[in-house]
Amino acid sequence: MLKRPMAAVALAAALALGAAACGGTTKNSSGNDDGAAATSDRKADPNAPIKKNLKIAFLPKQVNNPYETIVDKAGIGAAAEYGGTAKEVGPSDASASSQISYLNTLIQQRQDAILIAANDPNAVCGPLKQAMSRKIAVVSYDSDAAKECRDVFINQASSEEIGRSEIKVMSDMLGGKGQIAILSATANATNQNTWIKFMKDELKKPEYAGLKLVKVAYGDDDDQKSFQQTQGLMQAYPDLKGIIAPTTVGIAAAARYISASKYKGKVEVSGLGTPNQMRKFVKDGTVQKFELWNPGDLGYLASYAAAALASGQITGAQGEKFKAGRLGERTIGADGEVILGPPTVFDKNNIDNFHF
Amino acid sequence: MAPEDVKRSPRQLAGRLLRWDVIVIALLLVVFRAGATTTSDFATSDNLSFAFGDLSEIALIALPMTLLVVAGEVDLSVASVLGMSSALFGSLWDAGWPIESIIPLLVVVGAVAGLVNGLLVTRLGLPSLAVTIGTLTLYRGLAYVVLGTKAVAEFPQNYADLATKTIPGTPIPYPFALFIVAAVVTAIVLHATGAGRAIFAIGAQEEAAFFAGIRVKRIKLLLFVLSGVVAAFAGAIYTLRYGSARADNGLGMELAVIAAVLLGGVDFDGGRGTLAGVIAGVLLIGLLRNLLMLRDVATEIQSIVTGLLLIVSVLTPRIIAGVREARRHPRGSISASSQ
Amino acid sequence: MATTTVTKDTAPADTKGGRRLVDTVLRARELSILAALIVLVVVTTAVNSSFLSEQGVKDIFLNASILALLAVGQTMVVITRNIDLSVGSVVGLVAFASGKFVLGHDRNVLLVLILGMAIGAVCGLVNGVLVSFFRVPALVVTLGTLYVIQGLDYYWAHGQQINAADVPDSLLELGSGGVGGIPYLPMITVVVMLAVGYYLRSFPSGREFYAIGSNPDAARLAGLPIRRRILTAYACSGILAGLAGVLWLARFGTVVADAAHGWELRVVAAVVVGGVAIVGGLGTVYGAALGALLLTTIGSVLVVLKVNSFWQDAIAGLLLLLAISVDRLLGLRVTRALRRRNVRHGA
Repeated sequence: MLKRPMAAVALAAALALGAAACGGTTKNSSGNDDGAAATSDRKADPNAPIKKNLKIAFLPKQVNNPYETIVDKAGIGAAAEYGGTAKEVGPSDASASSQISYLNTLIQQRQDAILIAANDPNAVCGPLKQAMSRKIAVVSYDSDAAKECRDVFINQASSEEIGRSEIKVMSDMLGGKGQIAILSATANATNQNTWIKFMKDELKKPEYAGLKLVKVAYGDDDDQKSFQQTQGLMQAYPDLKGIIAPTTVGIAAAARYISASKYKGKVEVSGLGTPNQMRKFVKDGTVQKFELWNPGDLGYLASYAAAALASGQITGAQGEKFKAGRLGERTIGADGEVILGPPTVFDKNNIDNFHF
Repeated sequence: MAPEDVKRSPRQLAGRLLRWDVIVIALLLVVFRAGATTTSDFATSDNLSFAFGDLSEIALIALPMTLLVVAGEVDLSVASVLGMSSALFGSLWDAGWPIESIIPLLVVVGAVAGLVNGLLVTRLGLPSLAVTIGTLTLYRGLAYVVLGTKAVAEFPQNYADLATKTIPGTPIPYPFALFIVAAVVTAIVLHATGAGRAIFAIGAQEEAAFFAGIRVKRIKLLLFVLSGVVAAFAGAIYTLRYGSARADNGLGMELAVIAAVLLGGVDFDGGRGTLAGVIAGVLLIGLLRNLLMLRDVATEIQSIVTGLLLIVSVLTPRIIAGVREARRHPRGSISASSQ
Repeated sequence: MATTTVTKDTAPADTKGGRRLVDTVLRARELSILAALIVLVVVTTAVNSSFLSEQGVKDIFLNASILALLAVGQTMVVITRNIDLSVGSVVGLVAFASGKFVLGHDRNVLLVLILGMAIGAVCGLVNGVLVSFFRVPALVVTLGTLYVIQGLDYYWAHGQQINAADVPDSLLELGSGGVGGIPYLPMITVVVMLAVGYYLRSFPSGREFYAIGSNPDAARLAGLPIRRRILTAYACSGILAGLAGVLWLARFGTVVADAAHGWELRVVAAVVVGGVAIVGGLGTVYGAALGALLLTTIGSVLVVLKVNSFWQDAIAGLLLLLAISVDRLLGLRVTRALRRRNVRHGA
């Protein structure tokens, strides 16, 4: 009785090899998906008022992430300003497939706009395109989706500026010399990967010749894992002088480990963090400087952008402008990107002025 | 069996209706009706096609899982096989392999994965719970080794369409249609063939089955291989449906599959259960989640509801059996262990 | 599901010899993990001497403490032929609950610990009642409670976060401080492990746990208070999970809703690698704790050796399979030896 299944397996294997010999659909042979990206035959009407009672929804990477919560809350508050209703929905695990279930639901509920921080830039593309084809405005924020799947991307700060300034800050603290490592979030996160790309590029410049990037570690935005990755980094690279953690979870964990260990004061920790989390470590000297922007502003801006799209004020093309409440007028840049502003550098002199 | 027979009739009917799988089917209909009447977007073709699509992989994997649980075993590694299959898919695709070669290879890999489980359980006599927890970790680890944390996208449109589009005119996506066909076949095998009876026998009393001439080890081995094959194929479907091959695809899905099987009234100790119940269980979990999401119920509540449903699903048959036992054997007499 | 395992009590005519043989085998099992651990550490230190520095050693033990604590609790449950999959969620819930409790106030550390253990006890009792009184399969019950507790935790936490800055220093000191160079966390774990291990081994009621797991029908016929023991096992598992939750807060300071998410499988893996048979009746808490230590150390070793940490899961899985295969083969050998002895003595 075992012979039959074994024969089937052998047959399947033979088929596979045979198909390989005869060629087939490969990455290079198949045309790329030309899909119905809803190119707007809408025209932008900058003078159109923001529609009343817009329904918008925020879909963060995961709902348990405190940073995302601040962003989304501000966005929901902004919606109240312009007479719309907003809600936050999302998965409790930062996975792409969970976001898709929510996207489907939001499409069913016929939202006017969907705002998403994508866990995976490509996986969410299908449903997003569907949404766009149903005239739902799609805005990505924090972590971009593939650009043909969304109308506008609200970037918290210029990715290039974030990446390069991280290196500059670290270099200033280390006097331009030493081994450094990067502690990132998940390995697929669009935002972190873009910043890291610019960091690596910046390191190629001659003034940073004394700095050496020895490792990029991934803490998966999980506190415990980030903590252990930091431990591991210090053990694997005992001459490590600096850790850049461009994620609020990572920097908090790294700072906590370093401040309770013998490396306190000997290893610089920097990156992107929230003042509330980092206050203790700035005061005790573990962290000299770190950066961020106001996550509330990010949500606020994204909310207004969504409203502008849904009301026909903009279509996401370069050069269009829209008004974003108290943040003033904003212009859309290349590839539908809107930048919030330059990052703020926090240190012990100004950290007490901020409470988020 | 004398005069009580006549009196038993209405009781028999009640007994038959009080089986958990019947209750689940009833619950499913109730939920569907409730959804259709209260939420306008629920019973639309669009929404249902999403709901069914989302369920496809869990539903497919639940079929061999049912057979395994009825036989008294369990396979917790299915989600990791799915992930490994997805990772392999992405990695080979990225390297330029033709898709027509990749998919059969994935099936073979799934068979091997199931074979490992099966051999460890049948040849070494290891408990399947422990073995599959080990292979769950191992296969997921291998998925990461193969693809790392990359995500591979851009699969050919015609194949992706096969995984996402519905049969024209119905809200049934192709993968779900595949599930329906497979479910019918599995139901026939389980409930109407000698093989199915053998599986029940193995689950009920393995030693007796062995002495009755049933080739216990061979059947169990085949079931594990089947589980691996289906999980790997589901991995291919998953990858095409989401358009993204990742090593962490399907993370945690094994619990959802087991929950669906258990919800469908299959006895975890083996030897009892119906496939209709499992199908109802799968649909119930899927549609309930869909309905709750449409009504903006928080994810956390969905989780709590699933957990409670699970507990109730196993508690109820016990309570019913206990009540029946108590009625049949009033206190003081020796009652056989009601398991 | 599987065939019966070795029971601790053998043929009456040869109790001493049989028990000695079984004991030797079991001790060999724990020693083998210890040996594997030592080999691992030696090899790694040879490559990178800072691995065994004071900081390095402290880190290893600190990391393993929480997992080992959970492993001890899980052992009590597993040897009765049950399982507790809800431990991960309980740790998360308690960590967050304790965090909220201490937020902004300077609470007594002992009070926080008691609160955490109380919450854990309640969760454990729910599991225990469902398993022991209603005789529902443990896998199902604890899977259900996993979902429920996790849902409750996420619902309550919903995007909130406890920051280290808000946790009183006394609690944080518990997590990273120590006395005489030995950190508190491993000390607590060792004390608990010794206490539970002693109870299970040297008290008649403790040994009943093994009897129940090894042959439930025989245990029932022998009149053992099965329900009470299983209830106790789950209550202990819950209490220890609660303790672990508070220690989690103390160690990491930052807690979000999904703390310890997915740890239940890790705990079961540690326990099985440590020689506790999943069908019950066999294994010690010492082995389980060593198993936890081994699995945690592998993680650190891989990072230090600069091996791709993706191999970690694969290696852990292989170890698990190896452990249960070896256990099985050992068990068969012991059964054969005992049978031979019985034949010899005409029993």
